[in-house]
Amino acid sequence: MIRLLKYLKDYKKECIIGPLFKLTEAIFELIVPLVVASIIDVGIKNKDTGYILGMGGIMVLLGFTGLVCALTAQYFAAKASMGFGAKVRSDLFNHVNSLSFSQIDKIGAPTLITRLTSDVNLAQTGVNMVLRQFLRAPFIAIGAIIMAFTIDAKLALIFVAAAPAICLILYVVMAKTIPMYKNIQKKLDKVAGITRENLSGVRVVRAFSRQDDEVSRFSEKSEELRDESKCAGRISAWLNPLTYAVVNLAIIAIIYFGAKTVDAGRITQGEVVALVNYMTQILAALIMLANLIVTMTKTQASAARIAEAFNMKPDIEYKADDSKSHEDVPKVVFENVSFSYGGDENSLENINLTVNKGETVGIIGSTGSGKSSLVNLIPRFYDVTQGAVLIDGVDVRDMSKQELVSKVGIVLQQASAFSGTIRDNILIGKEDATDEEIYKSLDTAQAREFVDSKPRGLDTPVSQGGKNLSGGQKQRLSIARAIVKKPEILILDDSASALDYATDAKLRSAIKNDTEGMTVFIVSQRATTIKNADMIVVLDDGSIAGIGTHSELYKNCPTYREICNLQLSHDELEKLENEHS
Amino acid sequence: MKKDTLKRLLSYAKPYRAKVVMTVITALLSVGFTLAVPVLTGRAVDLIIGKGLTDYKGILKNVLLILICTAATVVCQYVMTVFTNSIAYGMIKDLRCEAFKRLQKLPMGTVDSTPHGEILSRIIQDIDQISDGLLMGFTQLFTGAATILGTLGFMLSISVKIALVVVILTPLSMFTASFIARKTFSFFKAQSESRGKLTALIEEMISGQRTVKAFGYEDRAQKRFDVLNNDLKNLSVKAVFFSSLVNPTTRFVNSIVYASVGIFGAFSAIKAVITVGQLTCFLSYANQYTKPFNEISEVVAELQNALACARRVFALIDMPTEIPEPDNAVEMTAPDGNVALKNVSFSYKPEIKLIENLNLSVNSGQRIAIVGPTGCGKTTLINLLMRFYDVTGGEISVSGVNIKNITRKSLRNSYGMVLQETWLFEGSVRDNIAYGNPEATDEEIIAAAKSAHAHSFIKRLPQGYDTILSGEGGSLSQGQKQLLCIARVMLSLPPMLILDEATSSIDTLTERRIQDAFANMMNGRTSFIVAHRLSTIKSADCILVMKAGHIIEQGTHDELMSKNGFYANLYNSQFSQE
Repeated sequence: MIRLLKYLKDYKKECIIGPLFKLTEAIFELIVPLVVASIIDVGIKNKDTGYILGMGGIMVLLGFTGLVCALTAQYFAAKASMGFGAKVRSDLFNHVNSLSFSQIDKIGAPTLITRLTSDVNLAQTGVNMVLRQFLRAPFIAIGAIIMAFTIDAKLALIFVAAAPAICLILYVVMAKTIPMYKNIQKKLDKVAGITRENLSGVRVVRAFSRQDDEVSRFSEKSEELRDESKCAGRISAWLNPLTYAVVNLAIIAIIYFGAKTVDAGRITQGEVVALVNYMTQILAALIMLANLIVTMTKTQASAARIAEAFNMKPDIEYKADDSKSHEDVPKVVFENVSFSYGGDENSLENINLTVNKGETVGIIGSTGSGKSSLVNLIPRFYDVTQGAVLIDGVDVRDMSKQELVSKVGIVLQQASAFSGTIRDNILIGKEDATDEEIYKSLDTAQAREFVDSKPRGLDTPVSQGGKNLSGGQKQRLSIARAIVKKPEILILDDSASALDYATDAKLRSAIKNDTEGMTVFIVSQRATTIKNADMIVVLDDGSIAGIGTHSELYKNCPTYREICNLQLSHDELEKLENEHS
Repeated sequence: MKKDTLKRLLSYAKPYRAKVVMTVITALLSVGFTLAVPVLTGRAVDLIIGKGLTDYKGILKNVLLILICTAATVVCQYVMTVFTNSIAYGMIKDLRCEAFKRLQKLPMGTVDSTPHGEILSRIIQDIDQISDGLLMGFTQLFTGAATILGTLGFMLSISVKIALVVVILTPLSMFTASFIARKTFSFFKAQSESRGKLTALIEEMISGQRTVKAFGYEDRAQKRFDVLNNDLKNLSVKAVFFSSLVNPTTRFVNSIVYASVGIFGAFSAIKAVITVGQLTCFLSYANQYTKPFNEISEVVAELQNALACARRVFALIDMPTEIPEPDNAVEMTAPDGNVALKNVSFSYKPEIKLIENLNLSVNSGQRIAIVGPTGCGKTTLINLLMRFYDVTGGEISVSGVNIKNITRKSLRNSYGMVLQETWLFEGSVRDNIAYGNPEATDEEIIAAAKSAHAHSFIKRLPQGYDTILSGEGGSLSQGQKQLLCIARVMLSLPPMLILDEATSSIDTLTERRIQDAFANMMNGRTSFIVAHRLSTIKSADCILVMKAGHIIEQGTHDELMSKNGFYANLYNSQFSQE
């Protein structure tokens, strides 16, 4: 929470003025019992109706001034807290964007979204509450005690004893229950988790006839939830009766000792009434404080989650300045590269690979063989654990972000589209692309036809996540987006899987023809897609099983031959066999 | 309707009848004792008159009474709260379990056609709302009403006139509160719309992180974000400020009530209609009387919300279940693997016929491949075999027994099923594999994982077989998840198999490698295989070619190829394109 306080800096004025007005309101509230006391002691005693009316008027006036003060305080509190929330949100969004994929994978995109949305909301609500209410309770409590002292110092000692007693009760109850409420939330999450699993796996549950087991698993967790809730409830049930008891004991003491003091002539009857009123005010204020603390713990939890996200230092940092690229060196080089996602075993082991400018490289291998990991190292989505990846002779870790983004274009396995129009989506690749450039890239990506078939062409709206486009359309848009910025290196990470064979073939020849001098990496599971590449890399279990052309590999690399035998037609295989015999 | 829901909800309190009675009694007692305290305080104050005039004996008596009342209140309040908690949490646990039990018995058609988020939110959020409503409703509504009535009674007994002042003025605070609430509604609506827009952007940018990074889109995203964020801020300030008017305004109204009571009370005291002690008593009643009014509007809203939630939960509980099994249903112990379909018809919607007059007879150990274009009824056929759906005409029999006369459990246990969509639950890799056979030993589990070619990647996970898979398999790739699901079936190895696009998310090489395992698994078992890839079904004993719910061709690969019909066409088109 403290970490986040710096976001209130711009609202110093509001943070001071707001509570100040709140305090003023509290002062007016504290005067009321004194007014009542003088009604009793002066008005009633002297039978002075004018005085009573006057005092009544003062009470209304106090109430009204209190109202004005409260409104002012609320306004400043709202302004400061919402401003705080907006600032935190904006900074957090910026921060999240600077995190690396392995960090985002680790923390999980859904929780990041929760932190940016509901956690920030809870935090700003908490700040608002604090500014509005938090100071009020202690102030009323302390104020009431001071007022009691002005009436009679000895009687005020009762207050000095009672107020801490109430605080102690509040503290003990909350210290016990707050961790329990956190537990309850966790237990509820478990119950929700089981429900979610049973919905998504309804067929599996039934296929294995596990319904009864699932019901008992669910009941067990529900019972745990019930028992934990009851347990917490049993403790917090003490809160009201105990504080009530303390206050009543204090009132009894006030009456008893008050009577003695009045008897001795030190205070009046009205003042005893005022003291009793102060006691009830303290109770009300402290109970409000208790409710506030419950809200605060929620805020605290949210703030901690936000702070945790802030505390993740981006583990990939870019150099500020562009590097000096070398001429006459291979375009992309993998030097003894090993890479792991953090487990014990490497996902890539000792990769050596040299690619020249303008070459097309095909990468093939089974699921989990490391194809995507390999190409993800080029745009620095992840950093190598050992060795280095060089572009134009420069280690990618020595390049500026701008430089890397402009050199490397990657089309991801999971095609993505953002809400907006088709044009907006292409412009993500190049902010200032002209329509001519856009159309050209659509042509190459084989997307022109479907875009033209839409009545609004480039201005066709795209819904969130591209839900109104088919998988193949999204893939082609993603390709166009990467091509429009004319990168020196283009990576297609299994990005044509939703295209039929004919379109896939057209796409490959278009890329070959339209992108003179571009170095292209194509990751695929289909042998046909990569068989015409200048160089084919076969990966098996994180290592290179073979590098060469289609026919070389067919001859020398058993893994590649296996893939071809499975996927290629008889004619094609016969042709290969003939080549070698 | 509303009444029925309430009645039904309250019927869940039946098992807790004794506690309910106790709650009501303790609530009444605690209100009574609480209200007695100001009266006693007032009396005591009246005995404090001035210097040398104090009646100690009288004061002591009153003080003692206050003490007794306080002690009684403490006990009653505590008991009441504990019982209310116990009733409310018990009721919602019962309700939740009943809802979940019903979920397990719903026909598959209902589960398939209802959005899962909706069922989930009924079982979790809605029931939670009910619990909040019950807790608040039980305690506050009841004690609130009792307090209002009690206070009113006490006030009337002291002075009718002053009581009337309180009664007339109090509703004012309720009116102002509801007036403000209505006015602020539009601000809240605008705020939540703006928040929705921002959340949509956040979701899009975070789940599309790779694209954002790949194109260096961060700065532009930030710009778009800041515009929306600023809008939200401005709207929030308004919404929060206006809604926060409620409290100070009602407090102001209350202070008017308080002042009025003070003035009228003082006048009456001058005329000696009431004593000073009674005036203090009145003032504290004025405070107590207005509080429940402010709270009740909140409670009523909460209760209404709870009732709305209860209605949704009851709608779930009332959904019709699967057709119950006949009493004499057969327990299938060792099916021989003969499956027969006679004149089977089926449709999801009566007006759209899907499968008509399907006949098929499969002998023990045969391997049946089902192919055909999307939507031809392949998966539907699987749904019928497993009795996820019931046939609308004809019958399906296993080992010569109509499956409607076999217990669902034993029927389904005789099939091993791997589906295209993988399903893993939150638990260890080991537990996930052992799902069909929780008693399996570690050796059996590892053997199953090995034959599914999952062992090597499981070993590479941070905690191996003890790695806890979070939310639907978390970091595993689609292919890896599928391998785990295959291992699951490998472990239980029932006499019949259903593979519905089981290898579609696995690349050809891995598929090839587990083919042996599959072949082993299928050996001697009746198997039904649905696949897109024709290469995986070439070796089937019989290929069913389906089109629009009918079997249009049937035979081995070679027979069908030589027929040169639909299948041959499909086969050629697929491979000529490669």
